[in-house]
Amino acid sequence: MVKLIPTKEEWYRALSERHGKKTQKSFESATVAICGLGGLGSNIAFALARAGVGKLILIDFDSIDITNLHRQQYKANQIGTSKTDALKENLLEIAPYVTIETHSVRISENNAEALLEKADIICEAFDDAESKAMLVNIVTERMPEKYLVAASGMAGMGSANTIQTRRISRRFYLCGDGTSDVSEAGSLVASRVMLCAAHQAHTVLRIIAEQYET
Amino acid sequence: MVKINGKELNVAGKTIAEYLATTNYDPKRIAVERNGDIVFKSEYDEILLQDGDSIEVVSFVGGG
Repeated sequence: MVKLIPTKEEWYRALSERHGKKTQKSFESATVAICGLGGLGSNIAFALARAGVGKLILIDFDSIDITNLHRQQYKANQIGTSKTDALKENLLEIAPYVTIETHSVRISENNAEALLEKADIICEAFDDAESKAMLVNIVTERMPEKYLVAASGMAGMGSANTIQTRRISRRFYLCGDGTSDVSEAGSLVASRVMLCAAHQAHTVLRIIAEQYET
Repeated sequence: MVKINGKELNVAGKTIAEYLATTNYDPKRIAVERNGDIVFKSEYDEILLQDGDSIEVVSFVGGG
């Protein structure tokens, strides 16, 4: 039996009913870049696609490994596939009308501006601390007009309540507990990583809706 | 006095680089916010800390 998916019109009407027309329109016209498609990035992407954000730019150089599946939004039969291709496929299954641009490259000081040029808001979702700092310094210095939502500290089994969102400067927000390093905590647990990803995704949506942290 | 990550420190007159050299921060893992703006890395050894400055050193940890 063929199962039909909703039309684009039906899709956006349903989203408008949930979010309100004005907010939904602003979600639809936003472009968000997600740098790193692991535990943070893949979960951020799911939340933003479900919310009806118009365009996602997905960037990651890696392919899916069996050790990713416990916290990242991929499937067992996607091991070995590039994260950009697999995430695009998975997102379009749940949100068929989101526009997705993918770049299967490692973000560096040399290519960051070209990759992120079209984004209104940038999510830093790497796992490596030096990469996180690099991207934050590049974006705040060279692309000061863009909003940046980064994350630091979501490893281990600490309390869910220690994950927070803070506005560090006018356009730079930081989510996480600030201290739980995976090399010390020794673990990354789906629920706690998803909490941090949810903080980032929610911060993105609040920025789009012009509701800023004080 | 200069407020750094919530603590009042007697470091006015030092550059940001000079202050960081007295700490355990890994320079490759940080971003520095000064009075509401992120400081360019190229300016760490130029900007002098002044009395009344409010600084936050954001030190990133791994995991994601």
